[in-house]
Amino acid sequence: MIRLGVPSKGRLMEQTFDWFADRGVTLSRSGSDREYAGRVEGADGVSLVLLSAGEIPRELAAGRIELGVTGTDLVREKLAGWRDLVAEVAPMGFGHADLIIAVPACWRDCSDLDDLAAIARDFREEHGFRLRIATKYHRLVRAWLSEHEVADYQLVDSQGATEGTVANQTAEAIADITSSGATLRANNLRILDEEPILRSQATLFANRAAMGPTMNAFLTQLGLT
Amino acid sequence: MIPKRDKQNVGQRLLAAFRDAGGVEVAPDLLLPAESLLDLYGEDIRARAYVTADPIRGEMMLRPDFTVPVVQAHMQNGAEPARYCYLGEVFRKQDMGDTHPANPRDSEYLQAGFELFSRDPDADAELFALFHDLLLPLGLTAQIGDMGLLLDAVAALPLPDTRRDALMHQIWRPGRFRRLLTSFGEPSIPRSFPESDSPWAGLRSEDEMIRRMARLKSDAAVAPLAPVWSERLDRLFALQAPANEVAPMLYELAQDMPAIAPAVDRITARLRAIADRGIDLSGITFDASHGRTTLEYYDGFTFSFTADRAGWPPVASGGRYDALTRVLGKGREIPAVGGIIRPGLVAELEGAA
Repeated sequence: MIRLGVPSKGRLMEQTFDWFADRGVTLSRSGSDREYAGRVEGADGVSLVLLSAGEIPRELAAGRIELGVTGTDLVREKLAGWRDLVAEVAPMGFGHADLIIAVPACWRDCSDLDDLAAIARDFREEHGFRLRIATKYHRLVRAWLSEHEVADYQLVDSQGATEGTVANQTAEAIADITSSGATLRANNLRILDEEPILRSQATLFANRAAMGPTMNAFLTQLGLT
Repeated sequence: MIPKRDKQNVGQRLLAAFRDAGGVEVAPDLLLPAESLLDLYGEDIRARAYVTADPIRGEMMLRPDFTVPVVQAHMQNGAEPARYCYLGEVFRKQDMGDTHPANPRDSEYLQAGFELFSRDPDADAELFALFHDLLLPLGLTAQIGDMGLLLDAVAALPLPDTRRDALMHQIWRPGRFRRLLTSFGEPSIPRSFPESDSPWAGLRSEDEMIRRMARLKSDAAVAPLAPVWSERLDRLFALQAPANEVAPMLYELAQDMPAIAPAVDRITARLRAIADRGIDLSGITFDASHGRTTLEYYDGFTFSFTADRAGWPPVASGGRYDALTRVLGKGREIPAVGGIIRPGLVAELEGAA
């Protein structure tokens, strides 16, 4: 039996259903909208598990589902050593979002990461503590800043409404996922002129330990092998 | 797999040797206040500390290293000179990134250490000889360096203060340092600052921004650094030689960079003092850039002993940290040098022998 984990609500769920439908597999919620059970038609030995997108990486790694749809950002952030645990079976072409660093739009002297590094150093001297970057992507942001040799900053945890932290003075900059940048602009933030930390999209992942004939048969049916 | 008890035994043996060398044993807390101490570490340790919340004591961390708490205790109530030794666990997260390494590094391991607070110029040699003799049977590779040499060389560059400070600050971050130095050698491109109609937001003030823009504007008028200076710096930073051969090379560099002469005198005196203790200098590598890869609070002599094992951290390392005692001493300061050995690695080497 292959258990397929799919985000349990919203556009991500609908687009995932469409993606599988295009490949001859019909996924649907059984019962009411509030029920997190699902049905699979057009494929044998596959069951549908509806989960929060954020839980799918952990469930995949734990082997409680064999396949899962979630963003590359969540897999890389939540699973240390992800390449050994899960395989990227197919990028799905939707749910595009970039993990970026944004600073207050009023900072006319800050265009790129070098500026931010210099400002962080000044800030620490002026205020006696390190410049705060609000994010929920601690591992990805830390690794990227370390690779680019930025010091003098600290990460502060923000699990939601991250764009508001600068105005609330609980952070000086943010690192978050954005697709259109509209929320950032609405909060008077500007994206640093750098390549994104990560370009993410919805992706079908498989638990490496679950690879085998059954899995191959299903992936072939989806036209993925 | 070496049993933990065996590692503990090796640690006890090292600790006994440190006590014989005059060290007073100290036992810093396992749980330390994160807010006041974490900031003293470089990014490498800071990012890897286990931080937890205590309802009364606030943000606490599992001890990531001994030096900072030992210095703190000494600065509060220590007499001089002082020799301390310790044995215990330190905790550092080992985030493996994208893949699981075949031999993951321990996130919890023992350190046996010795810290020496003394104004005696011979202190570096005393400490190094202590470590060298203890580790001699293991056939490790010894490397030494001196951060003071590099810092003095950078401080003496004919640069305006702002540029010099920026370079000094980035000395532990080689890529950023290199890019700054390269850009200082090129004609400045005046920066333009696009207008913004966004309202001011956040804790950084408009005044801070205006001051930085003024600095950047005046920086654009600075003449490029003559290439000869970055060449000299490159030669110094790349200097690597057996410790018995390094003195003439350093003196030759000091002819072009007189500012490093006092550091060179200090280094050669230290090498003589080490040799006077019966240590063969030809078995030690002097690497001018050695300190750039060690802990960021070392600002003078640095050393490490490494085993020929892929992926291993140094078996022992240490250095001088005068500036740290200044920060923690709140006005008081005392020269200090110290180092640690990892008994777990020693036990593995002895087990394999």
